[in-house]
Amino acid sequence: MALDTESRGTPLVEMRNMRKSFGGIDAVDGVTLDLYPGEVVGVLGHNGAGKSVLMKMLSGALSRDEGEIYVNGELANINNPRDARHYRIETIYQYLALADNLDAASNLFLGRELVTSTGLVDDAQMEAETRKIMARLNPNFQRFHTPVKGLSGGQRQSVAISRAVYFNANILIMDEPTAALGVEETRMVANLIEELKSQGLGIFLIDHDIHAVMQLCDRASVMKNGKLVGTVKVDEVTEDDILGMIILGKTPEKGTV
Amino acid sequence: MADSTDTRQLPKHVRRNIIDTMEIDTRLLGMIGAFIVICVVFDVWTGGRFLTPRNIFNLTIQTVSVAIMATGMVFVIVTRHIDLSVGALLATCSAFMAMTQTAVLPQWFGIELGSPIIAPVAIIVGLIVGVAIGAFHGWLIGYLTIPAFIVTLGGLFVWRNVAWHLSRGQTIGPLDGNFLVLGGIEGTLGATASWILALIACAFTIMLMINARRAKLRHEFPVKPIWAEVVIGAIAIAAIVGFVWILNSYEVPGGRLARDFRARGETMPEGYSEVYGVPYSVLLLIIIAIAMTVLAQRTRLGRYIFATGGNPEATELAGINIRFLTVKVFAIMGLLCALSAVVASARLTFHTNDIGTLDELRVIAAAVIGGTALSGGIGTIYGAILGALIMQSLQSGMAMVGVEAPYQNIVVGIVLVLAVYVDILYRKRTGD
Repeated sequence: MALDTESRGTPLVEMRNMRKSFGGIDAVDGVTLDLYPGEVVGVLGHNGAGKSVLMKMLSGALSRDEGEIYVNGELANINNPRDARHYRIETIYQYLALADNLDAASNLFLGRELVTSTGLVDDAQMEAETRKIMARLNPNFQRFHTPVKGLSGGQRQSVAISRAVYFNANILIMDEPTAALGVEETRMVANLIEELKSQGLGIFLIDHDIHAVMQLCDRASVMKNGKLVGTVKVDEVTEDDILGMIILGKTPEKGTV
Repeated sequence: MADSTDTRQLPKHVRRNIIDTMEIDTRLLGMIGAFIVICVVFDVWTGGRFLTPRNIFNLTIQTVSVAIMATGMVFVIVTRHIDLSVGALLATCSAFMAMTQTAVLPQWFGIELGSPIIAPVAIIVGLIVGVAIGAFHGWLIGYLTIPAFIVTLGGLFVWRNVAWHLSRGQTIGPLDGNFLVLGGIEGTLGATASWILALIACAFTIMLMINARRAKLRHEFPVKPIWAEVVIGAIAIAAIVGFVWILNSYEVPGGRLARDFRARGETMPEGYSEVYGVPYSVLLLIIIAIAMTVLAQRTRLGRYIFATGGNPEATELAGINIRFLTVKVFAIMGLLCALSAVVASARLTFHTNDIGTLDELRVIAAAVIGGTALSGGIGTIYGAILGALIMQSLQSGMAMVGVEAPYQNIVVGIVLVLAVYVDILYRKRTGD
């Protein structure tokens, strides 16, 4: 599992001293986190702990008040979602990701449409590319001409994930990717995370399910009231240790990175 | 990933009937059906006066102004906004254009009345005013986040009375002769040019169908059977040829022809006749319809307009500037109001103080009858145009059978509500 942090060279992402406040309340208060290639880092905490806000600053959906983001060791200028995409950071949101009235291909390419030589949207080409990537991620998917509203939760999630995979994400942020899924579908997403990880991607996984985090993640960072409680190596701590961090804000004696 | 979710899917279309095979939009079919029913009922009721070339010609030129604005209203409603100011905006654009051609150019710039540059300059002024006001609305809505309902409700009061201010409430006219060409009956293509137009339209339709089929085959997607393509192509061509044939059957009255000849200092030959053909205003509507459809379906802007209607947050997270998009949508709406103002004032041959009154409601109704969902994300350009045509046919038909204006409005109101209810039922059934 997790290698020794010092021996892994440059992190994919380093967020230093990230800060964001809304109307005087510090949603994120001086958090520093990093992520290495081929690593899954769980980001945990109660609702309102600041984990989603932190991730939204990385994905460019929210601007930050303070802090620096380094991608591959270099200072990255991320102020909007387009910037984040430039650094090959892709986000998979649970609820916000898809335009329900458009089909799979239109959603996959939203904001990055393929165009013909005349500048018109090339739907046939986009559908062909979507079929290719879906053949890999979800071979049973056949409903290419249906608005995604008519798809099941698992199918929708595979559209969202295909977007990240198609555009060669280097850094993936998954915001509760399995919250709306059934048991079988959750297992599929878990397999996919393992596969992406083996390809050298770095993944931030926001999840409430501690059991899933223990299974999928190499490290877990716990936030409470906007502050980082600590980051631990998952195979050196117990579920209770992590629960203690989430509820009491208490760092365990060993395993802390 | 395996897919274990079949139970949650909507029923599959196992039933492959003719309509499925031909991939025809059933909603379009329903609207055309409703339109045909209206036409047949009124034709029987009026003893065959409804479906005459003359009445169909009039129906088309009466529909143009509302239909042009309805295509823009589709974008506005698809992005979950509304525009209550289109009628007032039309009046302001019309007033600007009327003042430009009757006062500003002749008096300030000394351009003689009848000069060929008057009409183009006036139209350009109108278009600039329309786009500027529309973009301003869009800025208030997109950047200052004032609800569109409020901005355009305010706009209704403001622009209706800016128009009054410009003309001091007076009727301005007669308008420039070249300008009137875009009004309808004063400017038509005539027989030959109309047939050439039909020919071009047919060739274009066939070309589009062949290209679409080729693109599918190139990517090895499933295609319709050849017979289905041929049937659809034949129906489209029949519709185009039939439409032009009807407009080409409407003869210019003899008295008017004689007057035209006298004006040129000639005498009309015995037995001479001429037909109107396709009006320029209808040609303008056709061009706008094509342009707006391409914009909606084949450009990034169109894709983002629909994506925003489906899920604004997702669209924004995809890196699209929704605020600026709102400005663009309302600027397009403003442009179309200006074009409608050209057609409406040219049809009347002058600018009146109440031009475009209540058009905002007709335009919204046309878009909604045409299947545009007020919840956003769904709507088609052809639907809005058909919606405008259905409303105009209803009103003309009722006028012809002698229904008084207040009762006409009652019927139109009921039809609007009913149409939306039918649409809701349709969506429930088909699941889209």
